[in-house]
Amino acid sequence: MLECAEIIRKEYLRHDKKFPHVWCPGCGNGIVMGALLRAVHSLGLDKDEVVLASGIGCSGRMPTYVDFNTIHTTHGRALTFSTGIKLARPELTVMTVMGDGDSTAIGGNHFIHAARRNLNLTAIIINNSTYGMTGGQYSPTTPYGSKSTTSVYGHVEHAFNIAELAATAGAAFVARSTVYHATHMEEMLKKGIEKRGFSVIEIISNCHVQHGRRNKLGGAVEMINGFKQRSVTIEKATKMSADELEGKITIGVLADVEKPVSTEEYQRIVEEAKNKAEIITKAKEKNGVKRYEE
Amino acid sequence: MVKESILKTGGTSKKPAAAKPKKKKLYTVIFFNKWCKSCGLCSALCPKKIIKSDELGFPAIENMDRCSGCRFCEIHCPDFSITIKERHPRRRRTNGKH
Repeated sequence: MLECAEIIRKEYLRHDKKFPHVWCPGCGNGIVMGALLRAVHSLGLDKDEVVLASGIGCSGRMPTYVDFNTIHTTHGRALTFSTGIKLARPELTVMTVMGDGDSTAIGGNHFIHAARRNLNLTAIIINNSTYGMTGGQYSPTTPYGSKSTTSVYGHVEHAFNIAELAATAGAAFVARSTVYHATHMEEMLKKGIEKRGFSVIEIISNCHVQHGRRNKLGGAVEMINGFKQRSVTIEKATKMSADELEGKITIGVLADVEKPVSTEEYQRIVEEAKNKAEIITKAKEKNGVKRYEE
Repeated sequence: MVKESILKTGGTSKKPAAAKPKKKKLYTVIFFNKWCKSCGLCSALCPKKIIKSDELGFPAIENMDRCSGCRFCEIHCPDFSITIKERHPRRRRTNGKH
């Protein structure tokens, strides 16, 4: 943990022009940003070696505030942009911040295919179970029966489980945390950044303005305290039955597997192809065939 | 009462250095009101419940000596407006004034 927030404020934030930020009072996005900056600081990464990409949404405002190499991209396509950055500059640490609509609805295809490819990226998904910025429409993670602007009689569809989707799609590291567990979130982010391979960290956040108000969940304090009551660790959850886990949030590391990383595999293929081409040219020279350039 | 008992044990035991009363660490909580949006998370999550709000809704602490320095408000502040620093005053007992 950092000694004081002043280091974060002065070193990692664009504090002289962009603050105070546009998020609502009590929004979890600020807590996620603080945990992310503390994780980067404790890992000792250089500011110029970190890339933060984001899509559209409340979470998409995050690269505006942090003083890394940042890119604010189109809706749902944050992972594609960071894939390109990673392939062009493999030495950089590339992180992607997305919302739940950004990652699973508009960019759902990109998300599962990035997980399948197993690039060396970190995807941070802030799940507040609604489209908060556009006025509280239902999103793929809105729970069954909850109200929103586009489901005034209660939602009839069932919610996505982002972390399990990522684990099934083949991500190397999957973890879940909530904004109440700020130190736990920081640890998960650290593990995710350190992990070689595609790592997904789903963070359950609160949207008390659009989701909480319509469903009588209370304000920011009540929602964040609700995460404390509802969450169970993964060790406990394995011993509980399915009925007991109804409505609970399982936090912790859900999947951690070692897999060949696609960027390194790509580099290996490049080396192999180069070696083969050299052998062929040497054989041709032996037989008297001149090089093309000559 | 607590202090007397510590002194007594200190007198009887053979190691007076070990029985010396441990100094309580003191902390200062600095609120950066320019960025604060008065969401109330810090006062709700404080385990000692010492953060109250002033007449404008901004957080304020009356007795700073009661802060245990857990930094729970600092890491949960979405607006980066809380800083906690260790405090080393010349006079230890200030009766809450700082």
